[in-house]
Amino acid sequence: MTSNSEITQNGLWTNNVALVQLLGLCPLLAVTSTLVNGIGLGIATMATLVLSNTLISLIRGFVRSEVRLPVFVLIIASVVTIIELVMKAFFYDLFLVLGIFIPLIVTNCAIIGRAEGFASRNPVGASALDGLMMGSGFLLVLAILGGMREIIGFGTLFANADLMFGDAASALTIVLNPDYGGFLLAVLPPGAFFGLAILIVIKNLIDEHKPATKTVTEAIPGSA
Amino acid sequence: MATMAVMNSRQILLSGLFLWIFAVVGTGFVALTEDSTRDLIAENERQVLLRNLYALLPQEKFDNDIASDTRQLPASALLGTQSESTVYRARLNGEPVAAIFNSIAPNGYSGKIHLLIGIYGDGSLAGVRAVKHSETPGLGDAIEVRKSDWMLSFNDKSLENPNLAKWKVKRDGGEFDQFTGATITPRAVVKAVKNCLLYYQQNADKIFDEHDQQ
Repeated sequence: MTSNSEITQNGLWTNNVALVQLLGLCPLLAVTSTLVNGIGLGIATMATLVLSNTLISLIRGFVRSEVRLPVFVLIIASVVTIIELVMKAFFYDLFLVLGIFIPLIVTNCAIIGRAEGFASRNPVGASALDGLMMGSGFLLVLAILGGMREIIGFGTLFANADLMFGDAASALTIVLNPDYGGFLLAVLPPGAFFGLAILIVIKNLIDEHKPATKTVTEAIPGSA
Repeated sequence: MATMAVMNSRQILLSGLFLWIFAVVGTGFVALTEDSTRDLIAENERQVLLRNLYALLPQEKFDNDIASDTRQLPASALLGTQSESTVYRARLNGEPVAAIFNSIAPNGYSGKIHLLIGIYGDGSLAGVRAVKHSETPGLGDAIEVRKSDWMLSFNDKSLENPNLAKWKVKRDGGEFDQFTGATITPRAVVKAVKNCLLYYQQNADKIFDEHDQQ
């Protein structure tokens, strides 16, 4: 049995999906050109993780081991399709932005990884919490990376917030410097790789300075 | 958990049945959700279409339901289409006012650029909008109206204004601005708009013709 605090710490930090397991990089790198995009995909992925973990934990007692993987895939695919339909019905504008990446959640290895590695051998409550925390860890990285790239690339923050939170949220948009010409590299795919690398470096530096955890990392001079 | 060592036919059958049940339940839930969200989704798609159409044509210029007053046009090289495309027709008191075409610029910097092009009865442009594209963010995406007003430079232009030879970007000796650092995208759009005007010139009488409608 894993304690709740361990599950939380694992999901958010020690075993973070994006920074340590390096899973789900395709949507992570593709979508995070702005903060709102990152949050949008993060929430969709988190919802998928919680639902799929819960369902898989519920059936873990009687699923036959030789067909468990197809059953997991089936459950995950159904959950993602339902989330896509709900998004199209209630957040259509956000769907237009994230659209093609929603079906790709099915291929996010983090989800089948948690199903096989955790939910299929732990009780429902712990599995749901694991989904929530792994999802939150992924969401946080998406949001931070999106925010970083948006500030550097466009000089704004929370642009298009109205797509997700309704018209009132367009006031959230912060223009840091109206004369900023933009830095294209941050918005293009290479910017995503640089950004993710910087986040991983920062995480490893923090871990190194904590005596309790011992993470060995190659020291690379930070250059971007 | 069943052991993998020996699989007799009964176990195989059981596993198959198990998989089958999950397929049915999973598909059932998806079908249920699809059924309950179908109308909402169709309405959302219609709203986005209307928003795009209304952006091209001032609302006092027509009084019909343009999203429904449509016609399918056969594939055409001038429209850049390889299959049937929809043309939306605007009327005022039943009289034709303008037609809004779906056109594709095939040679954008990153593939196809999908355009909506509105043309008044006299052959002048009501407006042009990019509805779908994957041009470079920060360079080619200045074809989006919320990023730059370049698209608005097409308003009121026609095949006589400027004349046909001037329907090019400035770098090619034409009349239209290119963007800083991006020539390919505006070149593709200017050509698609010119071709669409040519298409309208050649087919104007057929667009509003009710008789050969299927």
